[in-house]
Amino acid sequence: MTATDVTSGSNVAPMGSVVPGAGLSHRSGPRALRNRLAAVVMWAAFAIAMVPLVWILWSVVTKGGAMLVNADWWTHSQRGITNRIVGGGAVHAIEGTLLEAMVTALMAVPVAVMTAIYLVEYGRGRLARVVSFTVDILTGIPSIVAALFIYAVWVTVFGFQRVAFAVCLALMLLMIPVVVRSTEEMLKLVPNELREASYALGVPKWKTIVRVVLPTALSGIITGILLGLARVMGETAPLLILGPYTQDIATNLFGGLVPTLPTMINQDRTEVLQPAVDRVWGAAATLILLILLLNIAGRLIARLGAPKT
Amino acid sequence: MAKRIDVKDLTIFYGAFKAVEEVTMTVEPRSVTAFIGPSGCGKSTLLRTLNRMHEVIPGGRVEGSVHLDDADIYGANVDPVAVRRTVGMVFQRPNPFPTMSIADNVSAGLRLNGLRDKKKLAEKVEASLRKANLWDEVKDRLTKPGAGLSGGQQQRLCIARAIAVEPQVLLMDEPCSALDPISTLAIEDLVGELKSTYTIVIVTHNMQQAARVSDRTAFFNLAATGRPGRLIEMDDTQKMFSNPSQRTTEDYISGRFG
Repeated sequence: MTATDVTSGSNVAPMGSVVPGAGLSHRSGPRALRNRLAAVVMWAAFAIAMVPLVWILWSVVTKGGAMLVNADWWTHSQRGITNRIVGGGAVHAIEGTLLEAMVTALMAVPVAVMTAIYLVEYGRGRLARVVSFTVDILTGIPSIVAALFIYAVWVTVFGFQRVAFAVCLALMLLMIPVVVRSTEEMLKLVPNELREASYALGVPKWKTIVRVVLPTALSGIITGILLGLARVMGETAPLLILGPYTQDIATNLFGGLVPTLPTMINQDRTEVLQPAVDRVWGAAATLILLILLLNIAGRLIARLGAPKT
Repeated sequence: MAKRIDVKDLTIFYGAFKAVEEVTMTVEPRSVTAFIGPSGCGKSTLLRTLNRMHEVIPGGRVEGSVHLDDADIYGANVDPVAVRRTVGMVFQRPNPFPTMSIADNVSAGLRLNGLRDKKKLAEKVEASLRKANLWDEVKDRLTKPGAGLSGGQQQRLCIARAIAVEPQVLLMDEPCSALDPISTLAIEDLVGELKSTYTIVIVTHNMQQAARVSDRTAFFNLAATGRPGRLIEMDDTQKMFSNPSQRTTEDYISGRFG
């Protein structure tokens, strides 16, 4: 008999009729084919997923990369520059984006991390379910809705001016659920045995969380925070509604306009004159570069904080 | 230093489930007491009630009493955290803190409870590691992570960590079940040394181990799956393994079930 008789189909040949080892040395034809097919499908899916990514990167870098190698780009604002003039820089928008991202993170991270700690370490019963459900809903909120909500509260209800701090509030709404979810996952990964080991030493629960659980999950938490930050830095809707563009350097969160990279892109996106078009691509490339640097920094921090073996 | 444990009419619940029923026993100070019995008979559960670790699991509660010498550990004003400082525990799988070095692991209990004095900490680390027979193996790499040690060394590290806070009682939940025979021997020797200072209760699935290390043995059994575990008998280890008074004990020890 041949090996295919043994391995294909459901009828198993009686053991006595099989040459010893014959069934082991032959690969099953159909199984090998399915394996190959699955591999091809997965690689194809991967390639398809990569196409838009590579395409975007390629367009942005080829069209905007040249702007970034100019020192003026990193040192000058767009003050006094019109769409016919080559020159100026993006430092006003870079500063604005970094400032708003930082303030947003300062407000969002403590709230988000503590919410995650509550959900993983303390949350039982109804309240925990409600909190968790609310976080799910927040995750799904479109950024324009978050922006309009803050507009409604900040401008309509309180009657304040549109200022950069209101932008930060809207961005905070978008950042919190991302960080809660990622931190939650990281805290769940911390083995219960470590918590028990700490309790068994007579360490109270809160101290166990602060000194054992959080340090163990720290690198993952930082990665999650940076992912949230990256999302927030590229967010545009809240900026359009709450924080219009200006060509000048401006860093007052509570008065006047604070320019950012997304609003800088938006400002000139309908321009047809080359100097302005170049600046749009340059701002896009800068934004991608900033997020890239932030991710690299996060990975370095995570590696430094990770236990050495 | 070492304390006697008096368990009286102790019934343990997890939510509505009754895990262990009406256990009464006395564990003598400066001795090793082994808990043996088939899986699910509640020996680990009972062990965890001796330092209120079962309360970590939602729904865990007890009826009856546990006294350490004269103090009721389930008394109205007793803080479970204080109980755990007095009654230390070593777990089935070695669980050193992955973010801490070897020295920091040993001193974790002291540092997390507020001791800052570096010199005192270093002394305590050395003394505890010596008591755990680990000092010579790790003294040159105290700042390396504890997770880099072998399984047996990690378990001795965990024992060092547990005795660094100077408990009166040491509970060991199958401390050798994840270890190789050589490491097991090292731990068993260590248990023999530690009993001069501590009251030790050890849960084990290995009956030879119970016979080797313990002075007294308690045998637990359950009528059927889903029924609560019960203490069948408790006696001197020698008598338990040669001439137990209960038939089921003899059947279990001679390998007829379990």
